[in-house]
Amino acid sequence: MAKIHKSPWLIHYDGSSCNGCDIEVLACTTPVYDVERFGIINTGNPMHADIFLITGGINSQNESVVKQIYEQMPQPKVVIAVGTCACTGGIFKECYNIKGGADTVIPVDIYVPGCAARPESIIDGVVKGIGLFKEKAAALSAEKKAL
Amino acid sequence: MTISERIIFALLYIVLAPFIIGLLDGFDRKISARMQGRRGPSVLQPFFDLKKLFEKEFLTANKMQLFLIRSYLCFIVLSGIIFFGGFDLLLVIFSLSTAAMFLILASTATHSPFASQGTSRELVQIMACEPMELLVAVGFYLATSTFTVSDIVSKSTVANIRYLPGFFVGFVFILTIKFRKSPFDISTSHHAHQEVIKGVTSEMVGKEYAMVTIAEWYENAILLGIVGLFFVSNNILTVLGGIIAILAIWFLEILIDNTSARVKWQLMLKLAWGVTIVAAGMNLFLLEIIRG
Repeated sequence: MAKIHKSPWLIHYDGSSCNGCDIEVLACTTPVYDVERFGIINTGNPMHADIFLITGGINSQNESVVKQIYEQMPQPKVVIAVGTCACTGGIFKECYNIKGGADTVIPVDIYVPGCAARPESIIDGVVKGIGLFKEKAAALSAEKKAL
Repeated sequence: MTISERIIFALLYIVLAPFIIGLLDGFDRKISARMQGRRGPSVLQPFFDLKKLFEKEFLTANKMQLFLIRSYLCFIVLSGIIFFGGFDLLLVIFSLSTAAMFLILASTATHSPFASQGTSRELVQIMACEPMELLVAVGFYLATSTFTVSDIVSKSTVANIRYLPGFFVGFVFILTIKFRKSPFDISTSHHAHQEVIKGVTSEMVGKEYAMVTIAEWYENAILLGIVGLFFVSNNILTVLGGIIAILAIWFLEILIDNTSARVKWQLMLKLAWGVTIVAAGMNLFLLEIIRG
């Protein structure tokens, strides 16, 4: 699993965000930040994704969607909550329809705070995610060998 | 061509094709990034991606899919062996069509709406490409009176592009469809993003997707080999011309990919058939007249 960290593919899902964080996530793929130089690709397919970037809080409508995307991703996988809303629910936390941050429905590994989260911090989060990814991948291969 | 030469060429294809095409793919991503004002990933990135895909957990809705994808890969490799071993060009085209059938069966095996959408588009793509592929074989027959690849090379005293410029134009046109590049990447794209998630390959997870990628590399090697065949004659130096032509066409495809937006299938079909009929048809007609 030595090279797995060289090709992390992302899937980006917008919960109930104001789109601020989504614009910053997409900004990461532009020439200014160019995340593809790390081999990072923004894919639309959960089955091909390694890292799940989620922006915005969880409401009763997108709860099942987020769960389904998470379940469709093959192991090893990392979940990154981008922006205050995805971390805690943010300013929408008390709304009647909001359940809270992404961690209310799926296990979140990395929290990237900010309103909106800056591209630099998103890249930092993803790089941390890649580190965690390596650990998870090693654990998975050790598990496989044990079986 | 002796039997041992055929075996050597076939073995060289099996061993080298994925490395060469994978590396070309890496350069493709690097050049594309530079065209877009980015730095881009390492040229070895396609191999890192492949290694990762093989190490991911394997999830599938239908175990049949893995068998069908393995068959797809085997038939593509078989087509390559037929081509680079110097056997019948017509057989290469038929074998590639059989391989495509396995890909279609694999993608429909899971009943995913995105994969189904991709599959119906893939069928349209095959419909758009197939006439031209067959005509290329016919063109080589008219120019050299043989379908056998080794004879096409050994019997030609000059590069066949002289007799087949229309066929060449038509073939290069459908290469964009075959390489899954914009504007014709409607069933699936060689990029990670696609408006139908990933089309044909949507439901292919981990090693399945890796095998499809390797199969596409093997197929691209055959298609680029056919591009080279237009330029190669019995003079050994023409191989150099063939390689230069292959690299130039590869660069042209990258340029087209980066400067055009995806089109709808109706337009793709009209354009592909239009070019096939006009370029290859005219060439065929003239060749018949010249041959008397």
